[in-house]
Amino acid sequence: MAPDRKPARLSRRAVVSAPALLAVVLLRRPAGAAPALMEAAIRDFTGHAPVSPGKVRLEIPPLVENGNTVPVTITVESPMAPDRHVRAIALFNGGNPQPNVITARLGSRSGRAVLSTRMRLATSQRVVAVAEMSDGTFWSDSAEVVVTLAACVES
Amino acid sequence: MARTLINLPRSARRGEVIEIRTLIAHPMETGYRPDASGAVVPRDIIRRFACTYDGEEVFRAEFFPAIAANPFLAFTTIATASGTLTFTWEGDNGFVQTETASITVT
Amino acid sequence: MTRRRRAMLVAMLVLSLGGAEAVGPGERRSGFDDMAPETRAMQLDDMANPGMLWVAEGEAAWRRPAGPAGRSCAGCHGEAEASMRGIATRHPGWDQAAARPISLEDRINLCRRERQGGEPFAPESDDLLALSAYVAHQSRGMPIALPDDPRLTPFREQGRHIFEQRRGQLNLSCAQCHEEHAGRRLAGSVIPQGHPTGYPIYRLEWQSLGSLRRRLRNCTVGVRSEPLDEQEAVALELFLMFRANGMPMESPAIRP
Repeated sequence: MAPDRKPARLSRRAVVSAPALLAVVLLRRPAGAAPALMEAAIRDFTGHAPVSPGKVRLEIPPLVENGNTVPVTITVESPMAPDRHVRAIALFNGGNPQPNVITARLGSRSGRAVLSTRMRLATSQRVVAVAEMSDGTFWSDSAEVVVTLAACVES
Repeated sequence: MARTLINLPRSARRGEVIEIRTLIAHPMETGYRPDASGAVVPRDIIRRFACTYDGEEVFRAEFFPAIAANPFLAFTTIATASGTLTFTWEGDNGFVQTETASITVT
Repeated sequence: MTRRRRAMLVAMLVLSLGGAEAVGPGERRSGFDDMAPETRAMQLDDMANPGMLWVAEGEAAWRRPAGPAGRSCAGCHGEAEASMRGIATRHPGWDQAAARPISLEDRINLCRRERQGGEPFAPESDDLLALSAYVAHQSRGMPIALPDDPRLTPFREQGRHIFEQRRGQLNLSCAQCHEEHAGRRLAGSVIPQGHPTGYPIYRLEWQSLGSLRRRLRNCTVGVRSEPLDEQEAVALELFLMFRANGMPMESPAIRP
């Protein structure tokens, strides 16, 4: 994946004559500020504590046919015991107008550390899941998702 | 009243981990979308979800505009005793919805 | 080069980017078969399929007394599981009073006006979508079974004509995309054969449930055509359902 691939250049004439119906798949570059916003949101969640890769598994399709409803499942390795469990799972994105997606609080009564939902992806972007453990450590996983532009959009 | 669908087993063995799945009809209007006239449609989202088991909170979540319309959520809890699970969604414009489901634990 | 020629050229260029072979004659595929695995899973699991929210609402509406008569659908029709089974597989269906075929949505509104004495539901309203989803859901898994009724024939032929007629500024017929180029890609999407097996559908693009009529309106806008009038729309829906005869109903289906 090359997230900062340049968008295809189209002349004005081509753009004007090419109907939206026939829009080309664009791998759009995320808005410049968005990844920084995501980093800031993650720091807010962790209270500036370091985040290590691992223990978290983020399942999201690598290529989605519509960014309006993207299924996502986050699983965290943990015994989920009273003294050792996952306290919170948060999901962040680097390409939507706002970096947060969901922040869930769980505990040893959850039995397992797993959470599924559906999210919106405005464009192709990186998605990051972070888990907070009961010992105060933070772990994460991330994924790059390509959002194809639908051919026949509601006009 | 928004329509909801809640799925969990009617009965479980004590200590068993059960999966709870919920759907709620809600547009999750992001607050970033222009309408036909060009004016931005005001944000109207569900902001919070909580699940209590016989009054004790076992799961909660904060939602943002990036949660898809008609929010779907699946999570787990341990079946501890026969009782009532209460699900509450709260959001913009005074949106509050509460649903309950009972479970028999043997 | 005229603007239209240029648009066609762009259309052909984009169409030609697709690699898949067009589907052979007689091989009919539901749009379901071309969806991503996670979208198929969403449709197949009633607890994940958001269309089931409308079905549940429709079930409640089915039992709710309505109109000055205070009659519910169930008051006349009883349990929908029995009385509505297969109904959606035979719609649009012949209406004696109108002397033409009418859609399932129109049938529901007719009942509402004449039997319940209520105001008809607005097109695409959640109320109408909920009831039509609930009724259509009773036919899920059943083959589409439009009858070989000679009264329907002229309307079906009108629908076929609309399907094959080039229209709009793009000068494209339904058949050009959904028969000649079905199975190939248009931008990121596989072009479906256009079988209306799952209406009303939850379209991810809409983030909501919607009717076949709404989908057809999308298509006419897509080819920059004048909208179909009521009679033309029903005729096209009738032809599409005939064309899909024998294919299993999926309502409420999910589509991207």
